[in-house]
Amino acid sequence: MSATLTRPSLSFGPVLEQKLEGRVTVEERPGSDIATLVTDAATLKEAALFLRDDPAAAFDLFLDLASVDRSKLPGSLAPGKDGRFQANYILYSTKRNEHLRLRVNLPEKDPAVPSLTGVWPAANWFEREAWDLMGIRFEGHPNLQRLLTHNGFVGHALRKDYDKSQRWLCTEEDLLKTELAAKTDDPADMFETMTLNFGPSHPTTHGTLRIVMRVDGERIVAAESECGYLHRCFEKMSESHTWVQVIPYTDRLNYCSPMINGNGYALAVEKMLGIDVPPRAKAARTVLNEFSRIMDHLVCMAANLVDIGALTNFWYAFQPREEIYGLLEACCGARLTSSYARIGGLAKDVPDNFVEWSRSLLPGIRDRVADVDGLITKNKIAWNRLRGTGVVTKEQALAWGFTGPCLRASGVPYDVRKDKPYEMYGDVDFDVPIATDGDNFARYIVRMEEIRQSMRIIEQILTRFPKGPVNTDDYRVILPPKEMVYNEMEGLIYHFKLVFEGVKVPAGEIYSFTEGANGELGYSLVSDGSGFPYRVKVRPPCFPLFAAYENIIKGGMVSDAVATLGLLNIIAGELDR
Amino acid sequence: MKTPPPQPPLGPGMPSTSGADFLTTKLDVAVQWAQSNSLWPMPFGTACCAIEFMSVVSSHYDLARFGAEVVRFSPRQADLLIVAGTVVDKLAPVLKKIYDQMSEPKWVISMGVCASTGGFYRAYHVVQGIDEIVPVDVYVAGCPPTPENLIHGIMELQKRIQSGELARHRASKTFVPIRVGTDPDLSIPAYSDAVMAHMTGKKELPQIGETAESELSAKARGQAGEGHR
Repeated sequence: MSATLTRPSLSFGPVLEQKLEGRVTVEERPGSDIATLVTDAATLKEAALFLRDDPAAAFDLFLDLASVDRSKLPGSLAPGKDGRFQANYILYSTKRNEHLRLRVNLPEKDPAVPSLTGVWPAANWFEREAWDLMGIRFEGHPNLQRLLTHNGFVGHALRKDYDKSQRWLCTEEDLLKTELAAKTDDPADMFETMTLNFGPSHPTTHGTLRIVMRVDGERIVAAESECGYLHRCFEKMSESHTWVQVIPYTDRLNYCSPMINGNGYALAVEKMLGIDVPPRAKAARTVLNEFSRIMDHLVCMAANLVDIGALTNFWYAFQPREEIYGLLEACCGARLTSSYARIGGLAKDVPDNFVEWSRSLLPGIRDRVADVDGLITKNKIAWNRLRGTGVVTKEQALAWGFTGPCLRASGVPYDVRKDKPYEMYGDVDFDVPIATDGDNFARYIVRMEEIRQSMRIIEQILTRFPKGPVNTDDYRVILPPKEMVYNEMEGLIYHFKLVFEGVKVPAGEIYSFTEGANGELGYSLVSDGSGFPYRVKVRPPCFPLFAAYENIIKGGMVSDAVATLGLLNIIAGELDR
Repeated sequence: MKTPPPQPPLGPGMPSTSGADFLTTKLDVAVQWAQSNSLWPMPFGTACCAIEFMSVVSSHYDLARFGAEVVRFSPRQADLLIVAGTVVDKLAPVLKKIYDQMSEPKWVISMGVCASTGGFYRAYHVVQGIDEIVPVDVYVAGCPPTPENLIHGIMELQKRIQSGELARHRASKTFVPIRVGTDPDLSIPAYSDAVMAHMTGKKELPQIGETAESELSAKARGQAGEGHR
């Protein structure tokens, strides 16, 4: 299962080498992983600026910052004295369709790097998160405060020496103390603005988001958003579970479309193992992904339309959801938290009538979507509420690290399914809908069209749904069939090893990405060769969206902020993990 | 002269009226009957369970059939708090505040295992069951509970309200309400002493049975347990 290492040739390599000679090296990586550049803290900013601005590099999208504490890595993997921490910046170039990892190794004592918020504004919250959970300091960061945990928290939870069950008391004092709230009695404030607290328990936050606004009448002059009210320690919990046991946790990231998360995770581990799944599993995963995407978009629109006063759509949109739930329940036994993907296939085969059942759902979805379409798309009130509000330009969307429907609504046609096809997306014909206005209506209309495109994908796959097994025959990752366990020595050994030790993923690292319902869902996984993941870092698509939210709503009305929040579709589960 | 057909009783404790245009009952029973059939839930939806709660109130499962469909997002207008989803330490003061803002009589349903016990998040930032903070009347199991299961929980609560069991229990001397910190004026934090001591790392946890709050300390001990690995 060991992969050969290669040193990828980068198109901008020669220029980079000339400019930063000796201070940047291209690391040898297995072919399944993305290209990696290693630099040091002193050169980081220069390298980042080069990677952003050089036309041969043009990494315009900051995707993720995955920090690793390497102190418990065994044997030859153990870092030297000066390399306990690692900051991995994941970048993407929309022009060249290429991912890149920019890596900095940091010492145990006071790990600090210059902040990249000036290069990619999207880095802001990612750096705060890395400070909060890993204790890496970002010099020059405008607001380096805790983000996911509360201010009463002591220590950095994702460090390997932090006890995973050690809680700290949170009192009201420890919650967000914003500068905005403190400014209430500012004598220079001539317009008598007031502070408005919005959330974390508010019907339109659909979960647990908090925004503190400073309003002048109905207009928002400044805003500050906060997350972490649903930080349930997914990444820390993953480290004490086997690779397969992590799958139920992934379901609860984006709980509106759990299948997609599980698939993304399984795919990442499969890449590390270097195994492939049979066509039937690929087809089933793709179909269920698309059904999940439809459900996610339906919830997003239904809930958001309720927020802006269009209640009827909620009933329309939830009916097809219930019908899809029926299908999911037949596949895996659960409506919402499916735990259906497995490393190397699926938990079990799809039901016999899967193809007919799936096909029978499509007309219902089409009708209900047409109902919503008829009520909203040309509705004067909806236009007034959605058009021209929450505008995000193309440049802003890229700078803020948007992906998914929100990026496409601003005119950038990046869709992982199209640009880096996985599972069966390369074999089907579908369009990537884009809009150019970047406002709430654009985000609505892109989602509506994506539902139709998803149905197109499903229809195509159902016409040639493959027969055969759903699981790989590599019994190092999948339990062998019972006859084999009872009759053959090898079968018994495989069964024993898998049950007692779990899947043994070879030591290594990967960044694997799929198209979640809200954008690029990335998994940065590190394995130390034991049966447990060493580090699991999720790139949640919502995270940059919500980080940018305070900037989007500035200058708008409070009621528009509600519409914007709904159509960005922030899911607290994956936002806070 | 024809006698009118016997009428069914109007509710528990209410005699059959048998055609008469009046009924006799106790005030308590009438009030409990009314309360149980017009619950106004405030969904404190935080995570996955909130999505299933949405299914419960929407067209297919239609909570309106049980008289509990008037969903209010202001705690001041609600008498049933449905905590749907994981409550983390950062959210705990918020939940306590919302509970305190609801006026009596009020009931709490803990929907799903995360709200009930912390679920499989036995971790540094997750409240190990909302009964650390607020008293719970009905726990609904499941991750997330199916809509049928939540409806069952609501019906169970209705039954207990109607029978007067909850009201009697709270009025009785044996009822020990959840401790809300040491200072009665301090609405937050709401954890019991044992849990607070553990969380602030001040002292070793008491053994089970040592204190009146044995249940809570058992819960707190669980957090410090050796975990899964």
